[in-house]
Amino acid sequence: MTILITNVRPYGEDPVDVLVADGVIAAIGADLSSTAQTLDGAGLIALPGLVDLHTHLREPGREDTETVLTGSRAAALGGFTAVHAMANTDPVADTAGVVEQVWRLGQQAGLVDVVPVGAVTVGLGGTQLAELGAMADSAATVRVFSDDGKCVSDPALMRRALEYVKALDGVVAQHAEEPRLTVGAQMHEGDRSARLGLTGWPAVAEEAIIARDVLLAEHVGARLHVCHVSTAGSVELIRWAKSRGVQVTAEVTPHHLLLTDAQAEGYDATFKVNPPLRTAEDVAALRAGLADGTIDAVATDHAPHAGEDKECEWAAARPGMLGLEQALSVVVGTMVDTGLLTWREVADRMSVRPAEIGRLTHQGRPIAVGEPANLVLLDPTARAVVDPAALASKSRNSPYAGRELPGRVVHTLLRGELSVRDGKVQK
Amino acid sequence: MKRHLLEAADLDRADATLVLDTAAQIESALAGREVKKLPTLRGRTVVNLFFEDSTRTRISFELAAKRLSADVINFSAKGSSVSKGESLKDTALTLEAMGADGIVVRHGSSGAPHRLATWVAGSVVNAGDGTHEHPTQALLDAYTIRQRLGRLEGVQVVITGDVLHSRVARSNVWLLHTLGAEVTLVAPPTLLPVGVGSWPVTVSYDLDAVLPGADVVMMLRVQAERMNASFFPSAREYSRRYGLDADRMARLGEDAIVMHPGPMNRGMVIAADVADSPRSTIVEQVGNGVSVRMAVLYLLLGGPA
Repeated sequence: MTILITNVRPYGEDPVDVLVADGVIAAIGADLSSTAQTLDGAGLIALPGLVDLHTHLREPGREDTETVLTGSRAAALGGFTAVHAMANTDPVADTAGVVEQVWRLGQQAGLVDVVPVGAVTVGLGGTQLAELGAMADSAATVRVFSDDGKCVSDPALMRRALEYVKALDGVVAQHAEEPRLTVGAQMHEGDRSARLGLTGWPAVAEEAIIARDVLLAEHVGARLHVCHVSTAGSVELIRWAKSRGVQVTAEVTPHHLLLTDAQAEGYDATFKVNPPLRTAEDVAALRAGLADGTIDAVATDHAPHAGEDKECEWAAARPGMLGLEQALSVVVGTMVDTGLLTWREVADRMSVRPAEIGRLTHQGRPIAVGEPANLVLLDPTARAVVDPAALASKSRNSPYAGRELPGRVVHTLLRGELSVRDGKVQK
Repeated sequence: MKRHLLEAADLDRADATLVLDTAAQIESALAGREVKKLPTLRGRTVVNLFFEDSTRTRISFELAAKRLSADVINFSAKGSSVSKGESLKDTALTLEAMGADGIVVRHGSSGAPHRLATWVAGSVVNAGDGTHEHPTQALLDAYTIRQRLGRLEGVQVVITGDVLHSRVARSNVWLLHTLGAEVTLVAPPTLLPVGVGSWPVTVSYDLDAVLPGADVVMMLRVQAERMNASFFPSAREYSRRYGLDADRMARLGEDAIVMHPGPMNRGMVIAADVADSPRSTIVEQVGNGVSVRMAVLYLLLGGPA
């Protein structure tokens, strides 16, 4: 298939025509002509297809809340061309069999590259290493390992996991939460939790694990990735570790870039998430950390939940919120419109770096001749109010309901094929 | 008044004073009457929806509603939602379909009454939610203080005990502040929330230091299981540092009163001879609870049907 995209602005720079043929970018230049179908790119910005390091697709196990197919649709509509599917499914993705199942479902859906994450420990139990090598060697070629949802809290086991994945060119993605400091925790511990009477989730529970893990990673010379960094203190620790040369990378979610613990007022459990929404000071530090590169990537932590798991009392609700379809808009609003990131830097934080961390060789590539045609075309000037009922995800737990956000994904191309055209998913 | 009573924090001074004045009027209207009943809520239905056991509070609300001639249904739904059968929302919709005008809810989860209020047309009264608030307890405490001391403005109130886990403490902090009293919280630092610095109170770790200036000492319950979670080393040490015994009571000013929301742990938090002394308002608090809850139900439900 051949597509000519006219007058599009790669990375927000000068308009050019981009010719896509046989899955790659065949030509870039002024006034290209082709007999191919044409996409009018006027007013649109082209970025490399987005790569998510952190998505919950819920299949197998909770197909009532999301499937690989519905999650793939949401991802494509959000401008993603690759998503990492977290391992906390039922059964847990802790064997070659389960990761291959998820990978195959992704291939069948055919809208984004679904890259399975393997569990670090058997059943996320935190006691015995899963067969990491078997998952790495499987058809799913797993490189990111995580017990996300749970912290690998045992320091000896964490050390072994970090060491072991060196042989696989892998990375351990840690959900940093000291479990003894977060028993029953419901929201950020601070002024609001004190007043609302909700058990606090202290910043130190995240920071203590990050501090420990960067030292472990340094000691054994392994790669560590920190999931969903949420506090100003965590940013400082990661900045310090990087300055020492520790091989640490980190991600931040769109919701932690935008929302604060003020959302807990009224006890609407849509805003219950782990780690919790923090303070305005934390939000500012996360934005600054993403801007200066301390935080490498934006990752959604897209976490679909059934209505009954959110329309209930706060303590009974499951933590997590949707993110795939609004991630780019949130980044535009919090980072681009505020002048903190250029479009090239957005491409870096949402595509290039996450692809490097996940060792995806055909994603996160520059917009250049001969490169894979994984592209997102967005209209930076469009603004829209988020309507959860209109989302492609099977679940409705969007924290952005009713909120006007900037930027609209118009087209998404996966290896030269339109997965999204004019805001409509193609499969 | 607003449609619901969800927390003392959102009562302004006028509304809080209206509740207390109404309670006083109700009390004097019923004083000396053989039939202790008013026809005000005839034909109205009040549901006591209790997800946690609390015989005292439920009986107090039940009596209050009955003395206002409302029809009262006691709905005991122990256990949390989702994990055990029907969800809070389904329960709410059921009560809604039955035409409940008022729902008095006690729940183990902070914020459950707030959620309930978004699903029903009737008025919701928070009868205690998790570790958040217990607004009618604070109203009856304020009523009791005003009755004993004749005022609330400038009254020095010392609240001692497990503030961290206490909905009674939270409600009292906000209500007493709104009504012009000055609150000092006294507890071991482990039993004060991180963030207490943002509350309109003085914090102290030393009960002996604050007792001489106190007009009111309010003793909060401390649950024995807190000891096992290392909030304090032992019941004996807690009692030594933060319990109210006869020696400490002797350091109080002449007119100072001692309050306890009940149920009491005699011995650990409050010595028996203190609980039973003339300073103690513990029994009055129970009686005042009915009057204040009548006032709340009257103000929320007493308008045109």
